[in-house]
Amino acid sequence: MTGISEFLHMGGYAFYVWGSYGLAAVILYLNYLLPVRHEQQLMRKLSILQASKTG
Amino acid sequence: MWEWLIKFASPMNFYLLVNRFAPWLGRAAVVLFAVGLYGAFFYAPADYQQGESFRIIYVHVPSAWMSMFVYMTMAGAGAAGLVWKTKVSDAIARSCAPLGASFTFLALATGSLWGKPMWGTWWVWDARLTAELILLFLYLGYIALQSAIDDRRMAARAGAVLALVGVVNIPIIHYSVEWWNTLHQGPTITKMDTPSIHVDMLIPLLVMIAAFMCYFFALVLVRARVEIIEQERNSKWVQELVLPPGGHK
Repeated sequence: MTGISEFLHMGGYAFYVWGSYGLAAVILYLNYLLPVRHEQQLMRKLSILQASKTG
Repeated sequence: MWEWLIKFASPMNFYLLVNRFAPWLGRAAVVLFAVGLYGAFFYAPADYQQGESFRIIYVHVPSAWMSMFVYMTMAGAGAAGLVWKTKVSDAIARSCAPLGASFTFLALATGSLWGKPMWGTWWVWDARLTAELILLFLYLGYIALQSAIDDRRMAARAGAVLALVGVVNIPIIHYSVEWWNTLHQGPTITKMDTPSIHVDMLIPLLVMIAAFMCYFFALVLVRARVEIIEQERNSKWVQELVLPPGGHK
């Protein structure tokens, strides 16, 4: 238990270390999520357009 | 060689290429991130001067490195677009900008989070920090330019010129710690003859850089693919892609 809390404590630099890694995680995740979602929406939009054209 | 390049530059071949390689790059990034993070926290020892705070290096240096690498990729793809007028290179250049801006922001923010406990300040107007901030503005300027110009070819051309002019900033960032007296510490990796970092600390750093590289290439390709589909929406191959014959109604 002390091992984990000591690890989380990061020698007193917890805020700076976890802040950096947390920020990196959020930014990298958003950069993954947004284009992937955008592509799905685009494909859906195009297929609806297509269906309405061909009937 | 040229034939191959021209074939690659056709939007449809690019689409197929991305489908083939992007998932693998993504998987490689996930594995490398896992290995790199393990190394960053459990393999690398604490720094004798900076203690545990030095572990910020494993996100700070890769993002700073990527901020410059992505910029060079963006400028290079932009230049290729100017010369050969290929849609794919324009799409790649445009796809670099948001990723590069993210890496630059991350480098600045993690640098700030590292600077506060080590230097006692979140920010100083020091050569390297200021040059990196200018890099962020270059990316933001590029993005603003892209959304301000409706015509895609015009936007790509203007963006390429802006990106190429901004290239002058990259060596300034890189050599700033040698040219000027600065608060920022000197280079860690690029002096191969006398590495100033212990090998146990260096290996996780190199793994993290590789992870960031794979991550970037996977996503820049996906972004460029979306861009290409949007541009080519009226072409035959995209229409067949959207509604395969005998597929859903």
